[in-house]
Amino acid sequence: MEFFLISLLNGVTYGLLLFMLSSGLTLIFSMMGILNFAHASFYMLGAYFAYQISAYVGFWPALIVAPLTVGVIGALVERYGLRRAHHYGHVAELLFTFGLAFLIEEIVHLIWGKAAVDYRVPGSLEGTLFTLFSTSFPIYKGFMMLVSVGMLLALYGLLTRTRIGLIIQAALSRPDMVEALGHNVPRIFMLVFGGGAALAGLAGVIGGNAFVTEPGMAAAVGSIVFVVVVVGGLGSLAGAFVASLLIGIIQTFAVAIDFSVTDMAAALGIDLAGGSNLARLSISQLAPVLPYLLMVAILIFRPRGLMGARES
Amino acid sequence: MSDKKMHKWVLAGCLMAAVTTAAAQVKIAYIDPLSGLMAATGEHGLKDLQFAAERLNARGGLNGQKIEIVPMDNKLSPQESLTLLNRAIDQGIRYITQGNGSSVAAALIDAINKHNARNPDKAVLFINYAAVDPDFTNSKCSFWHFRFDANSDMKLEALTNYMTKEKGIKKVYLINQDYSFGHQVARTARNMINKKRPDVEIVGDDLHPLARVKDFSPYITKIKASGADTVITGNWGSDLALLVRAAKDAGLDANFYTFYAGVIGTPTALGEAGVDRVFAVSYYGPNSAPARTQKYIDDYKKKYGATEDPYTFSFVNALELLSAAAAKAKSTDPAKVAKAMEGLRLDGPFGEITMREADHQLIQPLFIQRFVRTADAKLKYPAQGTTEYGFKEEVKLDGAHTSQPTNCQMQRP
Repeated sequence: MEFFLISLLNGVTYGLLLFMLSSGLTLIFSMMGILNFAHASFYMLGAYFAYQISAYVGFWPALIVAPLTVGVIGALVERYGLRRAHHYGHVAELLFTFGLAFLIEEIVHLIWGKAAVDYRVPGSLEGTLFTLFSTSFPIYKGFMMLVSVGMLLALYGLLTRTRIGLIIQAALSRPDMVEALGHNVPRIFMLVFGGGAALAGLAGVIGGNAFVTEPGMAAAVGSIVFVVVVVGGLGSLAGAFVASLLIGIIQTFAVAIDFSVTDMAAALGIDLAGGSNLARLSISQLAPVLPYLLMVAILIFRPRGLMGARES
Repeated sequence: MSDKKMHKWVLAGCLMAAVTTAAAQVKIAYIDPLSGLMAATGEHGLKDLQFAAERLNARGGLNGQKIEIVPMDNKLSPQESLTLLNRAIDQGIRYITQGNGSSVAAALIDAINKHNARNPDKAVLFINYAAVDPDFTNSKCSFWHFRFDANSDMKLEALTNYMTKEKGIKKVYLINQDYSFGHQVARTARNMINKKRPDVEIVGDDLHPLARVKDFSPYITKIKASGADTVITGNWGSDLALLVRAAKDAGLDANFYTFYAGVIGTPTALGEAGVDRVFAVSYYGPNSAPARTQKYIDDYKKKYGATEDPYTFSFVNALELLSAAAAKAKSTDPAKVAKAMEGLRLDGPFGEITMREADHQLIQPLFIQRFVRTADAKLKYPAQGTTEYGFKEEVKLDGAHTSQPTNCQMQRP
């Protein structure tokens, strides 16, 4: 029971972090149809900016300033790069963001070097929030969960309950009509892209000190965020949320299972002890592959994802 | 600038080029990752090698010939490394060094053996500074390969010997990266503990993907459920830092016995989470070093900054032995130097070092150190990248106490 509850808690925490990482990506993709390969790079920029800013003025101002800076960079990228690439179709956009990811990584190398930087959790968030059985749950993880849920609510509220949200939604499905009504559609796109980048930046501010801030951090999360978006359904914020939690929980529980095909056969009375190495792999060793398996299965059986609105 | 002046400059340039080629040089190709995920480690090694070479050059290099380092980026790929090896040989480079990844080292040893068999007059010598697969000095040993780091069996032997005396250890958990090195650590640690401390129970043996896990909490929950009081891990880089940090967050009360807690980036990442509970086995013990070695460390810090750290002393040992061997052989020819280096004994930076004749494994002192706050332990030298934390000596093992038997059947040319 103890093990189950703590694993569940771990799974939910990990899932919420995944949501933080992928919400910006799903926003940009659903609104603009751009598959942003540089999304994880904005996450990395957020962490490095927060490290730099918190060195001067502390963590709390950095929590606000770093995502805003990343957002401004995102908006500039959209305005002066992506908008031009847009004229040449989706492939050009894709290649543009792909190149951008490499560019950002090199810039990070040049400015902060290739080793990890010393970006720490602020003292006020260190310590134990509560103790479940004998396992303590750190305050910082609670803070991470809070921000993630807050992000979901704020985004949902912004898109469905405010005037600007309505214009954004309208601009995405009927850009010509919205433009005819006097709204500046390119500027809305710029805002959406900047906003998505800022969300990634915020995830970086919070994830960077919870884990390690180093130039490889973008590459490390680059692929899993796409899995979340695909499994959740292209263009669905709620889908991304559900998918994040699902992947977090599956992966956490899989780690706990030391069971292999050989063991399973042994339980059924078949001796496979001399069998192949493949049969001896335990589920815990397979845990990191499971999200990708899930993605492939979803693409085969339900291409629009768990809660996707569109087929493509 | 007038035409005449221009001519003068060109002439001077030509002369200078001629002079540099005239003063014969010994080139060492450094084949290691200088881009990608492992770039930080590769670059740090290069810096340490260059510094060690500068120091030796100031004292006359190899028989009066200056050492020049030629960096080559292998992107951690064995395939790429073989291409670079060929390029180095084409440029006339006869000394190769590499360390990151035993998979890469294995490919290089194989290729160098073949090359040297075909071109005995152009033989190439391999300086292995960090690839720790025990096979290289046992079943796969080669006359052309010299290892300057202790192999993983030696390190584990030292760690488990230390653990034998720690009576508090009752339950051990093994967690390692899912690739050849991690598998080897898991297997050997299990055997050694079963032999030395049959009363200790091994309560878990996990393999996780290399450099891919962000949150180690699930593994920590598992370790906690197993009741382990000690964790042995060969993890390095972020895999080690995140593991220890997750353990601290969850309140896991266990000690960590590691190989690579002192390596670049890791002390910073460990931070407060590692204090008093992380142990590392390594040949680098700055706080226990004799004065002349501390002088070397001070000079390095003066040149590169206070938080930088010449961790890779295997290069210092390698160059010292090369220069002594070259003097003994009165030649810088790799075949002669290799012969002269066999069995060579020197007063190394941390104590006596010997290049064992039987298998070309360097026998050197090893330290088991504990990660502490520098202020608490009054340490002179903090660990790489930080000023607050450092490693305090628990045990220093002389070379004789770290050596392991070998089954190497050396084929000498």
